[in-house]
Amino acid sequence: MLIFELSRPGRRNPSQSPGPAAESGDIPPELRRRSRPVLPQVSEMQAVRHYTRLSQKNFSIDTHFYPLGSCTMKYNPRACNAFSMLPQFLGRHPLASPATGQGFLACMFELQEILRDVTGMRAVSLTPMAGAQGEFAGVAMMRAYHESRGDADRSEILVPDAAHGTNPATAVMCGYTVREIPTDEAGGIDIEKLRAAVGPRTAGLMLTNPSTLGVFEKDIQEVQRIVHQAGGLLYYDGANLNAILGKVKPGSMGFDVIHMNLHKTFSTPHGGGGPGAGPVGVNERLLPFLPVPVVARARDGSYFVETEKERPQSIGRLSAHMGNAGILLRAYVYARLLGREGMKRVAEFATLNANYMLARLKSQGFVAAYPDRRATHEFIITLKPLKDATGVTAMDVAKRLLDKGFHAPTTYFPMLVPECFLIEPTETESKEELDAFITAMEEIVREAHDNPDLVRNAPHTTTVRRLDDVKAARELDLRWKVAG
Amino acid sequence: MSEIPKDLRYTRSHEWIMTMPDGTLTVGITDHAQELLGDLVFIELPKVGEKLAAGKECAVVESVKAASDVYAPVSGTIAEVNANLAERPETVNKGAYRDGWLFRIKPERPEELGSLLDAAAYKSLVEAEDH
Repeated sequence: MLIFELSRPGRRNPSQSPGPAAESGDIPPELRRRSRPVLPQVSEMQAVRHYTRLSQKNFSIDTHFYPLGSCTMKYNPRACNAFSMLPQFLGRHPLASPATGQGFLACMFELQEILRDVTGMRAVSLTPMAGAQGEFAGVAMMRAYHESRGDADRSEILVPDAAHGTNPATAVMCGYTVREIPTDEAGGIDIEKLRAAVGPRTAGLMLTNPSTLGVFEKDIQEVQRIVHQAGGLLYYDGANLNAILGKVKPGSMGFDVIHMNLHKTFSTPHGGGGPGAGPVGVNERLLPFLPVPVVARARDGSYFVETEKERPQSIGRLSAHMGNAGILLRAYVYARLLGREGMKRVAEFATLNANYMLARLKSQGFVAAYPDRRATHEFIITLKPLKDATGVTAMDVAKRLLDKGFHAPTTYFPMLVPECFLIEPTETESKEELDAFITAMEEIVREAHDNPDLVRNAPHTTTVRRLDDVKAARELDLRWKVAG
Repeated sequence: MSEIPKDLRYTRSHEWIMTMPDGTLTVGITDHAQELLGDLVFIELPKVGEKLAAGKECAVVESVKAASDVYAPVSGTIAEVNANLAERPETVNKGAYRDGWLFRIKPERPEELGSLLDAAAYKSLVEAEDH
């Protein structure tokens, strides 16, 4: 129920209302509203109960297992939020002089250094404000590099067909045409097709490693050789960085440029639309093109901000100031809490948890999309055999999981695998929690055989039952109107 | 198993093609394609008069699951589009080979028709994907 539906004319909470003759100040008369705003008229108790009940309906990582993983919501320690909200950080004006913001700049400088170290790149810029902006900055730097060498005929970006949709979108936004590279049987990039696709028009290859299919690109050495020999650059999409954090460095794999999603891996919630942070890292070749501002340390140990003046070949600015400062601070605190060894443990436990779940699900008869491959931090199962046998789809199973107290994993993505679940437990789940999820999956399969309608009509216990997403898309209606 | 009419031609990207008496080609997505996509909620069609090269993306079909490009099966000029689909995208789900056609194209190089798949070849393609 909406709070507007509780509204009764004249019911109000006078102690919290503004006085009747609130001053309109300098607002010119023609800009002042003439009618009263439509606000709900409820008692204080009604307002308190309404919002408390709403908050109790939250389904969150604080209350339940969330196998969407770092793609949406891994656990972000409370301390990261608490430290980034210190009044000294919150009160700092972005235009304050560096002399009065040395503490903040020191944090940003150290974060640049930490990200540089964990990715094996030559330098990092923190300024992109989202993953997509980081991608844009990365490909814009590739373009600037080729143009600076007079290598103007390179018009194509290669993207594997398993990639996130943002990769081809980024390439097009940067003025490139996209060439798709197919995936081979084992979920890797098809090396022969890649070899045939590269040439004098190749500006570069955008690659997510581990890939969206939840497998590590085994042939990365060969991939980087092929792309570099053709004169192209190699772009690393950091979507799945959680799986290799501190264990393998994109710089060592031969990547020239990388973006990281701090809102996936470094302690900021991802789902919900932001704000995010998409820092970029580069190797020596792309160093001159790094977006500004970048924090630097002077000989006397003080910190200052480098701009277009110090970096004339920079692709420029992606935000007015230092990017999403609050998100960057959360990442800094997270990295300092973990330390270099702790980062490795993130990758190890994320990968261990995923492989444990995969092994147990396989032993229960679930079909892995790539049965011969080890999982990274996530893995894909296909529920097509279940659908063929019972008519129950992956979507039905996902909805039934809600009844059993679990958020559903990613469904129907990647599209390459029919009736799929993409499961990512993340590093913070206990064995007991993983076991409970597997038990729920077994129960649902039994139900699908014994009583398929129970699963097909799920969820049964949630606040709202199954939504008609087709109707919602066809007859979009987002606005509640006052009756009468 | 989805419906694959014998008298039509097909592409590897799941379009069907019917040759009309006036030499234009009617193009839609196959029953198999609409089944994979699920309930369609939005369809973007090319403009009449638009010139296309074979294999060029020229329409978008969007369901609650995914958005997919539709490709021009041959080179040519768009002669007509199925304007009813803007209001009723579900027409494609109900009859992919009938009222759910997407557009008509006037082929520029009729010899390109030879490279399209026949029903038997398309059927084995679908079966191979469905293994």
